[in-house]
Amino acid sequence: MIAALEVTPAWYLVLGALLFSIGAFGLLVRRNPLVMFMCVELMLNAVTLTFVTFSRMLEDTGGQSVVVFVLVVAAAEVVVGLAIIVALLRKRPHATADDVALLEG
Amino acid sequence: MLDIVWLIPALPLAGFLVLLAAGRRIGEPASGWLATAACGGSFVASVVVYAGLLGEEGEGRSFVQTLFEWMPVGDLQVDIGFLADPLSITMALFVTGVGTLIHLYSIGYMHGDRDFSKFFVYMNLFVFSMLMLVLGSNMLVTFIGWEGVGACSYFLIAFWFTDEANASAGKKAFVTNRIGDWGFLVAIFLAFASLGTIDYAGVNAGAEGLPAVTATAIGLLLFVGAVGKSAQIPLYVWLPDAMVGPTPVSALIHAATMVTGGVFLMTRVNPILAAGYDWVPDVIAWVGVITAFVAATIAVAQKDIKKVLAYSTISQLGYMFLAVGVGAYVAAIFHMITHAFFKALLFLGAGSVIHGMHDEQDMRRMGGLRRFMPITAATFIVGWLAISGVPPFSGFFSKDEILLFAWGSGGAQGRALWAIGLVTALVTAFYMSRLVFMVFFGQPRWTEPVGEPAPVAAGAADPEVETGEAATVAAPEPAPAHPGVHVEPHESPWLMTLPLVVLAVLAAVAEVINLPFTPDLKVLEHWLEPVIGANEAHIDVATATKVGLAVTAVVAALTGIAIASLVYLRRRVRAVEPAVLAHAWYYDEAITRFVGGPGTKGFEAVAWFDRNVVDGAVNGVATVVRTSGRGLRTVQSGFVRSYALGISAGVVVVLAYFLTRLYI
Repeated sequence: MIAALEVTPAWYLVLGALLFSIGAFGLLVRRNPLVMFMCVELMLNAVTLTFVTFSRMLEDTGGQSVVVFVLVVAAAEVVVGLAIIVALLRKRPHATADDVALLEG
Repeated sequence: MLDIVWLIPALPLAGFLVLLAAGRRIGEPASGWLATAACGGSFVASVVVYAGLLGEEGEGRSFVQTLFEWMPVGDLQVDIGFLADPLSITMALFVTGVGTLIHLYSIGYMHGDRDFSKFFVYMNLFVFSMLMLVLGSNMLVTFIGWEGVGACSYFLIAFWFTDEANASAGKKAFVTNRIGDWGFLVAIFLAFASLGTIDYAGVNAGAEGLPAVTATAIGLLLFVGAVGKSAQIPLYVWLPDAMVGPTPVSALIHAATMVTGGVFLMTRVNPILAAGYDWVPDVIAWVGVITAFVAATIAVAQKDIKKVLAYSTISQLGYMFLAVGVGAYVAAIFHMITHAFFKALLFLGAGSVIHGMHDEQDMRRMGGLRRFMPITAATFIVGWLAISGVPPFSGFFSKDEILLFAWGSGGAQGRALWAIGLVTALVTAFYMSRLVFMVFFGQPRWTEPVGEPAPVAAGAADPEVETGEAATVAAPEPAPAHPGVHVEPHESPWLMTLPLVVLAVLAAVAEVINLPFTPDLKVLEHWLEPVIGANEAHIDVATATKVGLAVTAVVAALTGIAIASLVYLRRRVRAVEPAVLAHAWYYDEAITRFVGGPGTKGFEAVAWFDRNVVDGAVNGVATVVRTSGRGLRTVQSGFVRSYALGISAGVVVVLAYFLTRLYI
């Protein structure tokens, strides 16, 4: 029965959409900056999964090369974002994302 | 020889810079001599360039020297360059020549002044600016000189600025000139917009292809500039007040050189005037002749020796504009040159008299001075005969040429111009004779207080001036004018009389440059032909008529002198000097009243418009931006999660939009 189920690209797309929604939901409801950051990463990876799926479906390598770009950007983003979060948590160990509002002029 | 053109303005500039840096250290009289040498060197350079031009033929007598590119901006290409052609070199010759003599004279006149060296700083700067004006190869270089001479005029009128009246006279000259400068500047813009160039060569060559309306606009705007600089109606008011400056300044700037700048400009752009509508020259001629007449009538009733000469200058400049208007450019330049000689002579003579009389300028306190100042008197008489138009002195020939062209311009208008010009000549002879008789002939009057039965004063009693002078100058009983100073007129030192003698000789013989008897004798006309050429009017008047006109002019001059001698010398006739003339037709008062009353209201309305409408529009935009910004900035709360919520909501909305478009 299980063998009868064929894994179609739709599965990957649904998985990507689910991952994206979980990430977005987490981003909205959590306050811990580190968790919010992980949610953003989750959303990014959901998108890359979608890109790869479409690349396979359309037999176009363009989608895969975009994924490489996304990885590079994500890496850069991690460097900056993590640095900010580490600096923030060092100053105030139990800070939430809302505390960053202090920076507003 | 032509490529030393740049030296002509460079020498006075060098003199100016040296005196500016070290004038006080050089001191008196060396700084005066230095300035004179700079101006004299410039004259020598002009002579050399003149000789160089003589070596060329006809159209070749035009040489442009470009020193450097000043502003290459897009299509606009402006160079600092000099144009040496017969017109500019003629101007440069008499500017530097007369200028040198006046510098020399100033060494004597300014002797002992606290700011002796500063005076020569300004004088050299003026000569430099004037030479830039006449030598500039394009309108903008001329405009630099134009503004430079205006600034120097301001500095020198207000030279003794500690006196309030002098300072405000300087300001008056400056402000009045600005009105004219506006015209000049707009004309430059217009010339560039329509011709794409402001070089005289390009402008004059392209003038013929211009639409008549554009040429008219450029010509009239340049004329506005000329009217301001050359003190014509309605902008003449600054020149009489300018007489508060040192007398050499009046001679150099306000008689011989700067004020002729307008006539020069009109001559320089004569193809533009020719390309405009027919009535443009008529406007110029009428403005000129009316100015000549009105200024002459005012001169009849002035008491200040320099004021008489100032109005006389305005009047003579009017003649030059009349000449330009009837197309007699050569006659205009001719009269400009002879006028530079005899009017500089008259002013310097007046300065010598003022010097000898210990700063007395009221003619009613002079008299019989020829016995005390023989050289001044003799040279002044030469100047008087020249300006009055008595042959064989130079003024007769140049003025007669203008009247001849006015007559020859034809029609009722030509006759009317000629008639007014002739009457003006009579009045000119009259007021100049009045001046000479009051100052140099008759009985000495400097011990009398002003306002005693002196018949001269009777008609023109001016209570205001009267009391002012009585308080400061005249003692209550017959006594010296300046208490404590023994007034004994004396002849001036040789430094001052030498320029007088030289100028007297020039005023007497300057007509040789353009004698009317045979075509060969018209040297100036042939010389200027490459510049003026086609636009010079050609008149067709029989020789008998010419002789008749000349005789009429001489009779008019002699009549004027005769009347003046009856009134002021033999005192057979009571002098008539109506207050309306002494007050210059109340023109100044009218301006004051207009500007003080409706004028101020008008400007206040403009200021209100500026404050409320123009500023209101600007401030309104700023207020709208500021208010909306204040509202929008509350959105930036700093709460990251609310931003995220905003973005998510936006994504949902966009998605919903695309999905509905897809399925509906």
